[in-house]
This record gives sequence, C-alpha cells and structure tokens, in this order.
Amino acid sequence: MSQVSVRNLWMEYPGQVVLEQINLEIASGEFVVLIGPSGCGKTTFLRMLLSMEQPTRGEILLDGEKLPGEPGPDRGVVFQRYSVFPHLTVIQNVILGLEFAGSPLLGKLFGAARKHAIAEAERVIDSVGLAAARDKYPGQLSGGMQQRLAIAQTLIRKPKLLLLDEPFGALDPGTKLQMYELITRLWREEKITVFMVTHDLKEGFTLATRVLTFDKVRVDPDAPGRYGATITFNLPLERKRAV
Amino acid sequence: MRALSRRIINRRPDRAGKIFWGAVPFVIAVIVYAVFSAIRLADNPNDKLLPGLASFGAAIHRMAFARDMRTGEILLWADTASSLRRLGLGLSVATLLGLIFGVATGVIPYVRAGLSPFIAVLSMIPPMAVLPILFIVFGLEELSKVVLIVVGITPFLIRDLALRVGDLPSELLIKAQTLGASTWQIILRVVLPQIAPRLADGVRLSLGPAWLFLISAEAIAATDGLGYRIFLMRRYLAMDVILPYVAWITFLAYMMDWALRKLNQRYFPWLRSEGS
Repeated sequence: MSQVSVRNLWMEYPGQVVLEQINLEIASGEFVVLIGPSGCGKTTFLRMLLSMEQPTRGEILLDGEKLPGEPGPDRGVVFQRYSVFPHLTVIQNVILGLEFAGSPLLGKLFGAARKHAIAEAERVIDSVGLAAARDKYPGQLSGGMQQRLAIAQTLIRKPKLLLLDEPFGALDPGTKLQMYELITRLWREEKITVFMVTHDLKEGFTLATRVLTFDKVRVDPDAPGRYGATITFNLPLERKRAV
Repeated sequence: MRALSRRIINRRPDRAGKIFWGAVPFVIAVIVYAVFSAIRLADNPNDKLLPGLASFGAAIHRMAFARDMRTGEILLWADTASSLRRLGLGLSVATLLGLIFGVATGVIPYVRAGLSPFIAVLSMIPPMAVLPILFIVFGLEELSKVVLIVVGITPFLIRDLALRVGDLPSELLIKAQTLGASTWQIILRVVLPQIAPRLADGVRLSLGPAWLFLISAEAIAATDGLGYRIFLMRRYLAMDVILPYVAWITFLAYMMDWALRKLNQRYFPWLRSEGS
C-alpha cells in the first residue's frame, strides 16, 4: 500500500506564491507524471513529496499518515544528476542502503551480513542490466548507466514512493527508450507508486497511468508572484493499467 | 612548416621537451651562481658570500657525514629529525582539528552558525603575532613550536574543508537520507570519503606556511633544528652551510608535497574517472 493524499496544499515564498490549492488523491501503484512549463512548481511539488521543502499550508498524507519532516527510506529518489555516489563502485553504491540499515555505527557490513547484502544487491544490479559494470565507478559509466544505477540503489530499500526528477532529461533518445522499458518493468514488478517530473510530453504520456499538468490559472500582469500554479488537468490514462 | 603555422597556444612540448624546458631555469640558476661566485672569488679567494662548489662539498661533508665534536651527533640528521618531528606533530594535530571542525561546520547548520564567524576572525590573526604569547604560555621548549604550526594552519584547513563540504551536491546528501542514513552515517560514508582527497590537497597547500612557522619558531628559540642551524650559521656568514640547508629544506618540502599528491592518486582512484 502506498496511497497519497494531498489536501489544500500551498507553497509560498515571501512575495511569491509558487503553488496554490493543490488537492489530489493518488491510488497505490499509479505511475503519475507531472508536466508543465518551467517554473510552474512541479519540481517544488516533488521536493515537498520528498520533504526537502515543507508546505506553507495544507498537508500531504502517505497511507493516511502525515509525511515526516525530512527525507527517509520510505521515499526513494532519482535526480537528473548527482544521484549516485562518485566514490563508490556500482556494487558499493547499491549495498549502501542495506549497510545504512544494518550497521548504525559504522555504516558498513562485514562477514556473512555483507555477503548476504552483496547477493541481494547483485540481483537488483542484474535486473537493471548493470551486471557487467559491477565494479566500475560512476565516472566510468555512461549517463544512462548512471541513472540505471541510481534506480537500482533506490529500489534496494523498497520505498513506498519512487520520485523521479527529470531522470531521463540528459539522455539521448535511444537510451531514453531503453530507460522507459526498464522503469515500466520495474514499476510493474515492484508494484511501487511513482511520481515523475518531466517536460517531455511524449515521455509523460508514454509512461503514465495519470498525467498531472501544472500551470497558473490566474495571472496578475502587475505582480507575477501574486498567484501560484495549481493542477490544471488530472488525466487518468486507464488503458495503461490494463496492459 | 605546418607546425610553425599553428597558434602558439596549440604547440606543446613532448615528453623529452617537457624535461628539457623544465630543467632550463635550474641550469640557468646554477650557471648564474657559478659565474658570480667565480668573479667574487677571483677578487678575494676568502669571499664568504658566494662560496665555490668545492667549499660546499666540504661543508656538506662536515654537516651531513661527520660527527660534531661537541655533541657527537651528525648535525644535519639531528636537525632534520628535530624539525620533522615538530612539523609532523604540528601538521597531524592541525589536520585532525581541521577535519573534525571542518566537517562539523560544513555538515551541521548549528555548528556552522556557532563557529564560522569565530573561525573567520581567528583565521585573520597573524600567527607570528601570537608567537610571544605561545612562548610565554607554553615555554620555549618543543610545545610552543608545534602549537605555532597548529595555530597557523588550522583555521585555513577548517575553512577550506567546510567549503569543500558545502560544495558537495545537495542531491547526494538527500539521496543518502532516502537510503535511511543517519547524520553520523552520512558523515562517515558520504562526506568523509569524498572530502578526504580535498583534505590531502589542503594539507599540501599548508606545507609552505607550516615550514615558515617552523623555521621562524626555531630561529627565535631552539637548540637544534634546521631553522636554528641556518640562523646560527648566519652569525659566521657561513653561506657554504646555509645554502645546502636551504636546498635540503626545499627538497624535504617538495618530497612531502609529492608524497601527498601520490597518496591522492593512489587511494582515490574514483577521482580520475570523475572528470570524464
């Protein structure tokens, strides 16, 4: 279960309203894509889902409970850049989540526990197609492979929500298609709820079970910061779910 | 002809060329010295200011290979050991303090709020100005010399490291939190390994000041050490000892710099793939 409710959410900076009156019910297992022009607040919304920013009004509920005030293992994230640790190899990047969970003091597993973690991590690395790059550093990987690694690293903690902030924005078209296949397969297998920010309409409609468009409905030409953006369309794409 | 038609910024020396061009200034310096030394010695064979190469040989033999009549020690090695012990101790303590406070300042907002203005002011105190205080408080023995090095370079190391920690992409710290890391785990597994190479660079940049403070302290109050010897020899105008000592100090400092650079390359292999 990982159902998200957003109740009358506002995000206001001094002299500027970014988001206003966001109300939303997302069922468990949906693939939600957030699209809209730049600066319309879709990334801000994702950052609030991640608790990187706190809403100034309203609340976000995950399975009926208020989100904690800071990021945690219940919500995984993949950013466009800097999503993996450059000083760790692929396998080390992936077992890191297990090491944090299993070793509060050192953040590092040894012996049998380490072997167990490595076996689990290898399964995930295999499922994202990085088995051949197991011992490489991120700097030696292509952009697409780095994003595969970021996804693998996130999945190992089995988060309720997977938050993707323009994860494929820097990739070439061929690589993007491969990533669409990968993320769709993983989303089905893990039965995870996904929120993805993109500015690529086609990408959004390819992947989503629900598309949310963010835009300003009211604009004051004398004071552009006066009104914020909100969800202008909430389009369920039912055919995707049947596939 | 094609090579000449290229812009000068696109023309690069090859391996042998690099060695050749790198050696040129050294060779010129030696030649200039030899010429002026010869001119002065022709004028006055007992000139002490620019002694000839032969008297260097004699001085080096006396300082580095023969036992001192009074102490029974070989002076160069005894001096080197004393100076390196002070320098090593000072650098170690400064590095440790820099690491602890630099990381804490960089990672924990409350520590940053509390400490960074204080450290900013502290780092503006000229260390040589507090040397008298150190002599008064810690005495004229080893401790005050080590403390001078620590006082001199720790604020720089703290500020440098805090800045490096601040330069880490915030995405990485967020990502670590979404993997369930605590503050301590983030410091241990994410921050420290990534700033360790910067720490080594920070220490490399501190080597110059550290030597400066060491030699100053030794010049003022010491009974051995490289800085002590140079300033002692000054009284006798013994350039034949002073110049080899300076060359030796330079060599030691250069080797420390080189060793730290190699350390970075050896222990942080991920840095090499970073740029691509």
